[in-house]
Amino acid sequence: MSQVFMHIFILLLVPPLLLGVIGKTKALFGGRKGPPLLQPYYDLIRLFQKGTVFSTTTTWVFRAGPVVGLATTLLAGMLIPFGGHGAPVSFAGDMILFAYLFALGRFFTASAALDTGSAFEGMGAAREVTFSCLAEPALFFCFLVLAKLSASLSLTTMLSGTCPLGTGVEAPALVLVAASLFVILLVENSRIPFDDPNTHLELTMIHEVMVLDHSGPALGLIQYGAAMKLFVMGSVLLRVVAPFAAPSAWADWGLFILGMLALAVVIGVVESAMARFRMVFVPTFLVAACLLSAFGVILLLR
Amino acid sequence: MNMILIALVTLFCGGVLALVFNRSSRWATILGAGSAVVGCLVGLWPAFQGLLGGGVYSFRMPWAVPGGEFYIRLDALSGFFLIPVFGLSALASVFGGNYLLAYRDRKRLGASWFFFNFFVASMALVVVARQAVLFMVAWEIMSLAAFFLVTFEHEKKDVRVAGWIYLIASHLGAAFLLAMFLLLGRASGSLDFDTFPVPGSIAGAVIFLLALIGFGTKAGLVPLHVWLPEAHPAAPSHVSALMSGVMIKLGLYGLLRVLIFLGPPAAWWGPMLVVIGFSGAVLGISFALCQRDLKRALAYSSIENMGLIVLALGLGIWGLTGHHPIVAALGFSGAFLHIWNHSLMKSLMFLGAGSVMHGAGGRDMERLGGLMKRMPHTGGAIVLGAVAISALPPLNGFVSEWLIYMALLYGGLEFSGGGSVVMLLGVGVLALVGAMALLCFVRWVGIVLLGEPRSEEARHAHESSRWMTLPLAVLAGLCVLTALFPGVLVTSFAGVINEVFGFSLEPLQQAMTDSSALTVLSGVNAVIWALLGLVALFSIRARRRGGVAEDSTWSCGYLAPLSSMQYTGQSFSEMMVSRLFLRSFRPKMRVVATQAVFPVAGKMTTSYPDTVSRVVYQPMFTWLAGHFARMRWLQQGKIQFYMLYFVVVLLFAFAWQVVRHWLHYE
Repeated sequence: MSQVFMHIFILLLVPPLLLGVIGKTKALFGGRKGPPLLQPYYDLIRLFQKGTVFSTTTTWVFRAGPVVGLATTLLAGMLIPFGGHGAPVSFAGDMILFAYLFALGRFFTASAALDTGSAFEGMGAAREVTFSCLAEPALFFCFLVLAKLSASLSLTTMLSGTCPLGTGVEAPALVLVAASLFVILLVENSRIPFDDPNTHLELTMIHEVMVLDHSGPALGLIQYGAAMKLFVMGSVLLRVVAPFAAPSAWADWGLFILGMLALAVVIGVVESAMARFRMVFVPTFLVAACLLSAFGVILLLR
Repeated sequence: MNMILIALVTLFCGGVLALVFNRSSRWATILGAGSAVVGCLVGLWPAFQGLLGGGVYSFRMPWAVPGGEFYIRLDALSGFFLIPVFGLSALASVFGGNYLLAYRDRKRLGASWFFFNFFVASMALVVVARQAVLFMVAWEIMSLAAFFLVTFEHEKKDVRVAGWIYLIASHLGAAFLLAMFLLLGRASGSLDFDTFPVPGSIAGAVIFLLALIGFGTKAGLVPLHVWLPEAHPAAPSHVSALMSGVMIKLGLYGLLRVLIFLGPPAAWWGPMLVVIGFSGAVLGISFALCQRDLKRALAYSSIENMGLIVLALGLGIWGLTGHHPIVAALGFSGAFLHIWNHSLMKSLMFLGAGSVMHGAGGRDMERLGGLMKRMPHTGGAIVLGAVAISALPPLNGFVSEWLIYMALLYGGLEFSGGGSVVMLLGVGVLALVGAMALLCFVRWVGIVLLGEPRSEEARHAHESSRWMTLPLAVLAGLCVLTALFPGVLVTSFAGVINEVFGFSLEPLQQAMTDSSALTVLSGVNAVIWALLGLVALFSIRARRRGGVAEDSTWSCGYLAPLSSMQYTGQSFSEMMVSRLFLRSFRPKMRVVATQAVFPVAGKMTTSYPDTVSRVVYQPMFTWLAGHFARMRWLQQGKIQFYMLYFVVVLLFAFAWQVVRHWLHYE
C-alpha cells in the first residue's frame, strides 16, 4: 500500500522538476545562469492564486479542457510502473487504455481550443489532432514490440525489464522502439525540434497555440498536466532504455527519479543543440517513427 | 404470450389510422407516434425474454402466397436485434413527433407516419420471420417504407436522387438474397428456415458470398456502401437515426442468420471479413472527416463502425477456425457489444443532428457554430455522443473497441505466419482509425456547437422542445450505463453467440478472471468519472478564490474578431485530407481564376465525391447505360407498337406451351 502512495506522491510532485532541469540545462548551454530549478513550482503556485479571464464566446467545454487534460494524465500515470515497482493499476490490455486516455484529453483540449472561436487556436487544434493520427499507430507499434517480447499485454510486465536493451536477439527491435518512443515523446510534449513550448505567436506551433486563451488556475492545470504528461511518457521510455532495479525499494525510487532527471537533461541537450524544424517535417518524422516501430515488430516475427 | 403479434398489429393499425387522419397533422402525429411508442414498449418485453433465452415463442399460420407461410419464431438472435429495433424506434418516434410538426404547414404528415410505423413493424418482422418468403416480403416492405421516408422532402432534387440510388441499391441487394434463399431451399424443397440442411462446402461458399453481397449492401460494407451517405442525410433525422442505428444492423442480422444455416464456418471466411472490415473502417472514417454536411459525416461514420463490427466478427470466426478460443470470444463479444453500442451512439448523434437542424435550420456545418450556448441540452448530449463514438473512455464505444483491440493483440501474439502479420498490422490500422475518428468528431463538435455562430440562422437558434431533448438524454444515459456495466451485457450475449456459432464464452470468462478485465474496465470508467469530478472541483475552487472576469477572445492583438475568422470545418481537416491522403481520396477543387486587371470576385468550389462511386460505379453504370441505349429503338412511343409487343409475347407463350406438351408426350 505504501508503494501505491509513494507512486502517487511521485506522480503528483516530481513532474514540474523535469521542466526545471530542462530549463537549467538549456541555460547552461546558452551560457546563462537560468531560472532556479524549482521555478516551475513557483509558476504553478502563482497561477493557482491568480484570477481567471474567460472569453464571452466560451462555454463549459472550454472550462472542461484543462480539467480533462489533467485527470486523464493522472490516471495514465497510474498505469505505468515507476522503477522496479509495479503500477498501481494494471491489467491485460491497459496499454490501450493508456493511449486512449491521452486521446480523451486531446479531444477536450482541442474542443476547448475551438470553443474560443479564435483562428489561432483552431489552427493548433487542427494540427494536434492531425499529427496524432500518425503518432497513435507509432505508439501502438512500440507497445506491440514490448508485448511480443514480454508475452504480456499489461504495461507493468511489458516494462518490467525482462528484456534489457543491448542484449540478445531482441536488442535491434528495442533500439528501434526507443528511437520511435523518443520522437513520440518530443512531438506529444511539444518539445524542440518539433514544437516550442516557450513561444506563443509563431505559426509553427501545435500544442501551445491551443491554450492561448486559458488563464489563471486553468492555465496552471494545463502546465501541470503538460509536465505530468512529459513525466509519464518519459517514464515509459526510461523503462525501455534502462530497466534497472535497485536492491532495496527506496533505492529503487531514488534510481528512478535520477533516471528521469537524466532524461530531462538529454531533452535539454537536444533542445539546445537543435533548431526547430519547419512544420512540414513533423509528419515526416512521425511517419519515420511509425516505420521504425513497425520494423521493430517485423524483426520479432519468425 | 403473443406480445410480438400485439406489437406488430398495434404498429400496423397505428400506421393505417395515421393515414386515415391525414388531414389533421395533430391527430396523425398523435396516432402515428403514439401507436409506435405503445407497440414498441409492448414488444420490448418478449425481446428481452428472447435474448435471455426465457421464452422461445413461435407462431404459425397458413398464408395464401405461393410457397409462403406466416411463420415467426423468437430466439436469442432475434431478441438481440429486436431490442434495438423496438427501443430505439420508441425514442425516435417521440423525437419525430415533435420534429415533423415543423413541416405541418407544407406537408401532410399522415403518410409519413404510415410509412414510419410500417418501417418499424417490418424491421421487427424481418428479425422474427422464419420463412424465406415472409422474410423477403418483410425485407421489401422495410426497403420500400424506408424509401418513402427518405423521400419525405421529395420536392428537393438531391433528395429524389438519394432516394433513387437507395432504391436501386437495395433491390440489387435483394436480388442476391433471392438467389441465396433458392439455393438454401433447393435441397429440402421448402423455404422454411427450420428445414434448411447444412449445404456442402462449394454450395456453402456460394451461399456465403451471396449473403455477404446481399446483406452487405444493406449493412453498408465497402464497396457496397455508396447508397448510405446519400440516403441517410436526406431522410428526416428520426428516420436517419433508425436507418443508421437499426436498419443497417439488420444486414448483419441476415448474415448471422445465414451463418447458422451454413454450420461450421470455413477457414477463409474470417480473414475475408477482417479485410472487408478494415477497408470499411478506414474508408468510412476517411470520408467522414471531410464532409461539410453534418449528417453525411455521420453516415460515413456509420460505414466505419459497420466495418469495425464486421472486423470483430471476422476475428471471432478466425479465432474459431484457428482454434484460438480467446480470440474468438473477444472477437464475438466485441462484435455484439459494438452492434448495441453503435445503435445507441449513432441514434444519439443523428437525433442530436436533427435537433440542431430543427433549432438552427440547416445541416451545412460552415453555417453553424456557437450552438452550445443556444442549445445547451442538445449540445451536451452531442458532446457525450461524440466522445462515445470516438471510442474514448469512460464511455461505451471504448469498451467494445477495447475488446476488438484485445482480439487483434491476442491473435497477433498467438497466431503464426500470415495471420499474425495481419493482426499486428491491424493494431496499427485500428489506432489510425481511432485517431481519425477523434479528428472527425472534434471537428463535428467544434465547428457545429462551439465558437461563434457563422450565420444569422445559427445566431438565432433556439433549444428544441423537451420532447426532442428527452430521447437524447435517455440515449446519453444509456451510453454511460453501458460503459459502467459492460460485463453484464457481454454475459447476456453468451446465449446469442452460442446459438450462432455453437461457441461458449467460457474461455473469455476464464481469461477475464485471470485479469478480470471487463470488471476492471467498468471500474476504470468509474474512476475516470471520479477523477474528472475531483479535478473539476479543485479547478472550480481555485477559480472562485481568484475571481472570474469576462472578456472577448484574445485574437493576438486584433481588436475586432469576426466569426468568419474562425477555423471552418474544411480548414480543420485540410491538412489531413490534402497532405496525408492518397491522391484519389483528395477533394476535387475548381478555381475560377480572375483575368481582370482590377480585382473582382473569384470563385472556388471544392467537392468530396465518394472515390468508390467515382472510380467503380459511375464508369460501370455509364458503360451499362451506353449499351442499354442500343435497345432504345424498342421504345417507339406509339401505342400500336406496344400492342404488337403484347401479341408477340402471347404468341411466344402459346408456342412454348405447345412445344412443351409436344416434348412431354413424345
